[in-house]
Amino acid sequence: MESLQTSHPPGTPPAGIDKALTGIAGFDEITRGGLPTGRPTLVCGGPGCGKTLFAMQFLVAGATRFDEPGVFMSFEERTDELAKNVASLGFDLYDLMGRQRLAMDTVVIDRSEIEESGEYDLEGLFLRLDFAIQSVGAKRVVLDTIESLFSGFQNEAILRSELRRLFHFLKDRGVTVVITGEQGEGLLTRQGLEEYVSDCVILLDHRINDQVSTRRLRIIKYRGSAHGTNEYPFIIDEHGLEVMPVTGLHLRHPASRERISSGVERLDTMLGGQGFFRGSSVLVSGTAGTGKSSLAAHFADATCRRGEQCLYIAMEESPEQILRNMRSIGLDLERWAKNGLLRFIASRPTLFGLEMHLATIFRAVQQVSPSVVIVDPISNLSTIGSLTETMSTLLRLVDSLKAKQITALFTSLTSTGDEENETHLGVSSLMDTWISLRNLEHNGERNRGIYVLKSRGMNHSNQIREFLLTSQGVRLEDVYLGKEGVLTGSARLAQEARERADSTQQREELAALQRRLDRKKAALEAQVSLLQAEFEAEAEEVRKRNLEADRREQDLMADRQAMAAVRLADRNSSEKEP
Amino acid sequence: MSDKKWNLRLYIAGQTPKSMVALANLRRICEQHMDGRYTIEIIDLMANPRLARQDQIVAIPTLVREIPSPLKRIIGDLSNTERVLVGLDVVPREA
Repeated sequence: MESLQTSHPPGTPPAGIDKALTGIAGFDEITRGGLPTGRPTLVCGGPGCGKTLFAMQFLVAGATRFDEPGVFMSFEERTDELAKNVASLGFDLYDLMGRQRLAMDTVVIDRSEIEESGEYDLEGLFLRLDFAIQSVGAKRVVLDTIESLFSGFQNEAILRSELRRLFHFLKDRGVTVVITGEQGEGLLTRQGLEEYVSDCVILLDHRINDQVSTRRLRIIKYRGSAHGTNEYPFIIDEHGLEVMPVTGLHLRHPASRERISSGVERLDTMLGGQGFFRGSSVLVSGTAGTGKSSLAAHFADATCRRGEQCLYIAMEESPEQILRNMRSIGLDLERWAKNGLLRFIASRPTLFGLEMHLATIFRAVQQVSPSVVIVDPISNLSTIGSLTETMSTLLRLVDSLKAKQITALFTSLTSTGDEENETHLGVSSLMDTWISLRNLEHNGERNRGIYVLKSRGMNHSNQIREFLLTSQGVRLEDVYLGKEGVLTGSARLAQEARERADSTQQREELAALQRRLDRKKAALEAQVSLLQAEFEAEAEEVRKRNLEADRREQDLMADRQAMAAVRLADRNSSEKEP
Repeated sequence: MSDKKWNLRLYIAGQTPKSMVALANLRRICEQHMDGRYTIEIIDLMANPRLARQDQIVAIPTLVREIPSPLKRIIGDLSNTERVLVGLDVVPREA
């Protein structure tokens, strides 16, 4: 069953037990297909928690979308009241009844006009139910709220045995049933209805924290089916009930290769030369005044220039304020706002609960169907809920936008000294591209730096650029990177000038050095030739002397021979002589 | 007191033992206490289930006292004669 969690597309029930889609957004996802077909489901909760609405949406969806007509048996509200209540959601109950898609029956039990005398059963109720089911060929039945029977009749023993019989009866008819029950003290329902319904139990909860109302849905039991055990937030508004799955169940977003400009040319260059991927999510984080909104505005401007719709969700400033501020950096967003390409939604997050916010954004996205959504800033959301709540809200937002191939840019305010550490929101892992803006303080000056912390799927620059807000918009400049570290602003200019001066001097020094070396070489060569000359002179001397010595030897020999000739000595005497 | 009239309807669902007991009890009580000043209509919801909804019948058997008004329902097999008489307003309700 677990492997289905990621691989199974929403909307179709997985193998196992049959399920009936409720048509309630989000609910069919978390139950992976809806309620157990042909079985009763207990939906319980306190007053005003949305039980009746849940049941009604289940029926109307069956009647209008899944070809499963339904029966609504009410024990509390009359048909005309119910019809009026749900008319605002776009449900026309009378039309459905007229078309035989829906049968309604209100059971009125007036205790004051009833006298009990002896044994009875609730066959009348069974007959009514059966008649209604047959009249429209119902596949779905709602009993809202059957507990009212307990206040209408005194004999509890009869009631309990009849209830048991009722559930058998419904199972025999093969209808999918929703029974609502009012939450009791320490019990799921006041009359312990959970005792009769063993297949599926859903608890709705409505609580108020810090004056903000939040609604939660929990699946307490779902026999024969895997289900999320979390509490899922849900909302009720003019579109009915909508459950927000806490996490996207499916990671099956299409991944576009198309690139779109960030609106700042040099930033596109940093992002592999082409800007963001379409449908990706971009986080722009930075401390106060680093130019997050300006960057966002550039992106909005670029989007509108391409003729695409941009939805700007402003959580801090009013649209007028944004338009004015952006004019000061040479961005005319007003024309886009006027021709409708740029739409603003401005709301303070603290006004509503997180779910309401998320829903507002979803609705706007649905209406406008933009190609780009900007949320400025998301960090404001964290002022409403707890960390996990905010996190899951964002996750859902990112997921749903991705699924629609909408490029989303979120700005996030970080506190000073916390630039690198975005974990307080924990959103960075959700983001495909993370651009960090930071203040670079140096020499009593504060300049803006921009760098791309990460950008999935592209070869992005790892360099810091200086981020300038000029009257012609955002401009990026190379920062000075040298032995003095990262320099920006006037320090960068000074350093660059200094560097130019330095290099001239160095060139001169080098030339001088070369000249000195050349001289040295000449001197050395002169010395070498001198020594060589000396050596050659000496060698000549030696040669001369050798010649002289040879000549003297010859002369001596000649003298001796001459002398021997004079003394007429024979060879022997001459030999014996000494 | 003597010109008081009762228009009664007994709702049953088929010829079940409980319904038969109820009918027998009703006839007996009427004869004993209303002597000819009553009408009884028996409605079998098995034959006409539409009426269950129309007349707001939940429990079976249900005896509906249409006249004298206000409308009153007595549910059960009518085995508790005291309560039936109270419900039919034959004897004054005890404090």
